[in-house]
Amino acid sequence: MTQVAGEAQAPTPPQAAWKRAIGPLQVAFRALRLGARTMEIDFRLTGMILALIAIWVGFGYASNGLFLTPRNFYDVSVQSVPVAIMATGMVLIIVSRNIDLSVGAIMGLTAYVAAMTQRIWLTENLHLAYGSWEIWILAVLVAMAIGALIGAIHGGLIAYVGIPSFIVTLGGWFIWRGLIFKIQQGQTIAPMDRNFAVIGGNLSSGSAISSSGGAIGFWPTWIIAILMCAGIAYALISSQRKRREYGFPVRPRWATVTLIGVGSAAILYGAWVLNNYPLPPLLATQYATAHGITEPAGGLIIPVGMAVPVLILLGITLVMGYLATRRQFGRYVFAIGGNPEAVTLAGINTKRIILGTFVLMGILCAIAACVQASRLDAGVTSTGTGYELLVIAAAVVGGTSFAGGHGTIQGAVVGAVLMQSLKAGMVTIGLDSPMQDVAIGSVLVFVVGLDTILQRRAK
Amino acid sequence: MNIAPIPAPATAATVAGAPLAELREICVAFGGVHAVQNVTVDLRPGEVVGLVGGNGAGKTTLIRTLSGAHPADSGEILIDGQPVAIPNPRAAKALGIETIYQNLALAENVDAPANFFLGRELKTRTGSLDDAAMESATRKVLGRLNPNFKNFKTQVVSLSGGQRQAIAIGRAIHFNARILIMDEPTAALGPAETAQVRDVIKQLKSEGIGIFLISHDIHDVFDLADRISVMLHGRLVGTVNKAEVTTDEVLAMIIMGKMPAEVTQKDLAKLHE
Repeated sequence: MTQVAGEAQAPTPPQAAWKRAIGPLQVAFRALRLGARTMEIDFRLTGMILALIAIWVGFGYASNGLFLTPRNFYDVSVQSVPVAIMATGMVLIIVSRNIDLSVGAIMGLTAYVAAMTQRIWLTENLHLAYGSWEIWILAVLVAMAIGALIGAIHGGLIAYVGIPSFIVTLGGWFIWRGLIFKIQQGQTIAPMDRNFAVIGGNLSSGSAISSSGGAIGFWPTWIIAILMCAGIAYALISSQRKRREYGFPVRPRWATVTLIGVGSAAILYGAWVLNNYPLPPLLATQYATAHGITEPAGGLIIPVGMAVPVLILLGITLVMGYLATRRQFGRYVFAIGGNPEAVTLAGINTKRIILGTFVLMGILCAIAACVQASRLDAGVTSTGTGYELLVIAAAVVGGTSFAGGHGTIQGAVVGAVLMQSLKAGMVTIGLDSPMQDVAIGSVLVFVVGLDTILQRRAK
Repeated sequence: MNIAPIPAPATAATVAGAPLAELREICVAFGGVHAVQNVTVDLRPGEVVGLVGGNGAGKTTLIRTLSGAHPADSGEILIDGQPVAIPNPRAAKALGIETIYQNLALAENVDAPANFFLGRELKTRTGSLDDAAMESATRKVLGRLNPNFKNFKTQVVSLSGGQRQAIAIGRAIHFNARILIMDEPTAALGPAETAQVRDVIKQLKSEGIGIFLISHDIHDVFDLADRISVMLHGRLVGTVNKAEVTTDEVLAMIIMGKMPAEVTQKDLAKLHE
């Protein structure tokens, strides 16, 4: 065969086509990664936040702005919470090379227990007056204790007996879901205690905390937002100051300033959006009647602000992030994910660490359960069905590696919000439920696949 | 009279003239397989004892009983002449026994300071990890061991073999080890890094630290060891003073299980076939 000059590069093998398509993506990926490295920020998290913004803008466009209303943001923020809370615990489980398939069932059982505690055990059996303030606290504590106990059983069997976590929690999935029906023949228990109902962000709960029930209202929202901005600034500046004292390389000052600026802007914008969501007219009228206020023409405008469950999630994210990165426990969890034998040889009791991750997971399931029971204003047997997979998906989309050793708490929370945004977005554009599942599944595989390919090829 | 330059743990009263460490009649079996049978070795302060033998001779298994990684089925371990129990690695560390494992035992996904202080983290007053202080200490120690070491914030998996070795050695000697176990410390290293490790061993020896050196590189052992203990099929062939034997005689011990006195000219000829 004779070689012609032009022919040499003309026929491209078929498999090179997709490689070529991915080329520009990789260039962008490398540029972004370099930028992230200079600014010393979590590259993957940044990418996910950008993806989240893209999803919001995309659905906003596709739904003619419906998706971008304050009301929708409020709903998405509240609906993300149960999955996000559990995902923070799932990160530690997966990082230490385990899995928990039972979180949905634990959530279901503890939600039912919380409902039983407040509606039957405390009130009917122990004759505590309906609406007394101890009720919601005891309901939450009982649920958390049950969650911790279940987690301890799982963790004990996994760490000390050596049964694979997949098997233990698969069994747990059946057991705990089955037990729900043994408590009160599986009857729906409703409504919830009026103080308990605040936890879930129910606007109609009419609690003592604020005029807008399960949300914290106008000024508290601004105060929390400003505190968060100050917290970011303090964390970024103080960590750099310590490194400077030791003479270590530090992040360039412009990067710190940019990070504080961008972070604060995002937080303040979020607060502004939530404060632009007024209490629905019907509830506003109820509130006015209850408090003897005459409604002005055009209705009473009460800004809702941040939902209580979102505040709970922020607190849990902070605590779990601190545990994961600033405490010995978290350090060992990650090290176990990297090399379990090395951790044992370092003289660390790895069994206790694994037990701890499962106990923590159980407690987080119970907190998520309280949020969910409160949001639904009922204890129902189906609570948490299918959540195990949503939680695992949120953690994985959030950058947790199934090989163990890698993952972040913030990533999992963003992952949960991303998944919920997708779901809510598809509802606003009128996609039916089966297609939503198809889309969620595709996104999961796509995101992890893209991450794998880009990480591998950019090495 | 104290023979150890570093104070012994408060619980163990030092017996005069006793070796730093003594393993007596150690037996370890896996299922029905006797990996180590009635092996007795000892170690004095400032001494390097080479532990040699072919693959599967039981060197690593023997030494894991001292480092707490796998307790012995029977036998006795004495530190400063006092019998001790070493049920886990933590107990070994409390006795001043540090181990550098053949595979280095590093958590690959965390950075050098995290590995350096694994299990002995420095903490602030509130009990949080003091990462800056740990990084500072790690920089000091590793900077001495390996001046090229610069990546203190990257995960260990992306470091070179020599740098990883430096972490493993650095953390073993930083916490006042009195007895150091090195399992094939140069197996994965290049010539320059091997020379560095040899210098470190000589330095530690001069500081009075006792070292068990496991190796199947006979030249390494001859260069560094004072005494050589040879194992074959889970049993101790014998312990010899390096100054009194030739490499051929040690090879005969390793391969044929014969002490120098039993070796014939025919045996030596066989070795060189």
